[in-house]
Amino acid sequence: MAQFRVCPDSGFYFDKNAESLMKANAVAGAVFLLIAGLLGLGVILTRWQEVHLLPADVFYQVLTGHGINALIFWIIFFEIAILYFASSTLLRTRLAAPRWAWLGFALMIIGALMNNIAVLQGNSSVMMTSYAPMQAAPHFYLGLILFAVGALIGCMVFFGTLVIAKEDRTYEGSVPLVTFGAITAAIIAVFTIASGAIILIPTFLWSIGYVGHIDAAMYRVIWWGMGHSSQQINVAAHVSVWYLLVGVLFGARPMSEKVSRMAFLLYILFLQLACAHHVLVDPGLSAEFKVFNTSYAMYLAVLASMIHGLTVPGSMEVAQRQKGLTKGMFEWLRKAPWGNPVFSGFFLSLVIFGFLGGITGVVMGTEQINLIIHNTIYVPAHFHATVAVGTTLAFMALTYLLIPVLFRRQTFLPWMAKWQPYVFSAGMTLMILFMLGAGTLGVSRRHWDMDFTGAMLAFEYPGTAYTMMAVAGIGGVLGVLGGVMYLVVTVGSLLFGKKLDESAGLLQGFGVPLAPSSYTVEQPERLPMAPKLAVEEHGSAGFEAPGTFVLAMFLLVCFVVYYFINWDYLASVWPLS
Amino acid sequence: MSQEETVTPQDDLPRPERVPFFQRLLDNPFLLLFLGVVMPTVFYIMWGIMEIATLPVAP
Repeated sequence: MAQFRVCPDSGFYFDKNAESLMKANAVAGAVFLLIAGLLGLGVILTRWQEVHLLPADVFYQVLTGHGINALIFWIIFFEIAILYFASSTLLRTRLAAPRWAWLGFALMIIGALMNNIAVLQGNSSVMMTSYAPMQAAPHFYLGLILFAVGALIGCMVFFGTLVIAKEDRTYEGSVPLVTFGAITAAIIAVFTIASGAIILIPTFLWSIGYVGHIDAAMYRVIWWGMGHSSQQINVAAHVSVWYLLVGVLFGARPMSEKVSRMAFLLYILFLQLACAHHVLVDPGLSAEFKVFNTSYAMYLAVLASMIHGLTVPGSMEVAQRQKGLTKGMFEWLRKAPWGNPVFSGFFLSLVIFGFLGGITGVVMGTEQINLIIHNTIYVPAHFHATVAVGTTLAFMALTYLLIPVLFRRQTFLPWMAKWQPYVFSAGMTLMILFMLGAGTLGVSRRHWDMDFTGAMLAFEYPGTAYTMMAVAGIGGVLGVLGGVMYLVVTVGSLLFGKKLDESAGLLQGFGVPLAPSSYTVEQPERLPMAPKLAVEEHGSAGFEAPGTFVLAMFLLVCFVVYYFINWDYLASVWPLS
Repeated sequence: MSQEETVTPQDDLPRPERVPFFQRLLDNPFLLLFLGVVMPTVFYIMWGIMEIATLPVAP
């Protein structure tokens, strides 16, 4: 018999099984974020040439661990928690097959630990991409495979929960937009895991001697079907989180549900094709393949991101204006709750994702100007803007919302929580901007020594590149400090935060249910269909949000200027007559 | 027979609203799953594999 509790503060319903699984996945994600952050500190303090902390072999080992823990383990654990929240809690239904969900969680934990052990043992410093013919230890690949199987089980539980909700008619009409965004994330996850299976299973067999040869070019194409798509799960997931947070914080409704859903549909159809920008300089693939996948299909996904980037702050503006904050163009934004880390985290995530991650992503996806920065440190700068700030900061903001709602604890050290999004985003932005600059000057990614000490062919970067990498190092240290602040607040809240429910003890923070009296077997009330907004009747609310429109135009101008600067730069380094 | 007696129970029910095609598409997560897996499989994975597999082998 399903058991539910209703959060007295937020009104969210929690199925007992789903609640425990959400907590366990979120806590596991935070542990792997800690590992990723500590390893990231080693990376940035080595790339800062004046510090140059680690020897070469340790640097590549640490870089491998940092990439996998940050881009795979932290993110996907947290996303599984989001899938359970978006299905069970938002649709007010029981979780499908909770035992399978726990099995999936166990496989993910075993896989993540196995992979980390392989990296720690020192014979798997092959970077996250593990390009063949570089070979890692067999348990490096096996760990990833087990993790992927666990995550796939999590996705199936999510889809099963959707079926139960529909059968039990726990909601009216269509699923809420946040759940629809989670469906998008889960669909991309299934493709990601399928691509991973196609390439990682033969590679594992190769590592134990059952397969004689892995073709390097084939490996790259298929691996990126997993590697890049895994980051597209993040985009769909954090956009869903944005919609959730503006709804909770401001009571905001999407400006147009239809348009937002169509934007998610564009993600489902086209977002994953952007994998091709990783193979833009690979020989053997035709210009048609590259140009179609990155410069035609990918732009439809970019269009979707621009729609979300307009409608999320737009819906917030509409809600704020309805509350009387109508003075001038930006009173709705000036008087937003900037001291609330849920808001500041969300808004900074949105701005940095759009301005830094979005614009650089389009530049990288253009075959010609990609040549300037391919495989330079510009590339990690781009995905730190999209994932380390866009996704991670959105998830941090969501955590601040969930500490009282899901974990039933008050936030520990609220002053630290208030400053954390600013410290983290300031540090990361500094790091990203200067890595972008250094990348444009040609500084390589995944490179231990900018001085090329002892190299047969000497090369000297301009002095500016060293300065930029030093400033990026300072930014990275500040970003890690922001990450530590997040972990102090979240772990501190679970251990020392004031209890909002008497039974919210230590173990309850890690997945053990609250006292039986907190739950009831009564089925929650059916989720009613939201009434249509007046603006939806005639299709557009564009000028209901003039401030957002101005911000969007500013983004567009920045994009156009930066895009053409890159073309001009290409013309200067690649003169054609 | 009076006019009221000829009214069937079905006639009392409100006519179900016609659900537009796109809404039916968006309301079906498994159809979306199919589309979301087929599109990148065809245009990225299969196309990419075919191009690599048909490269002439160096003599």
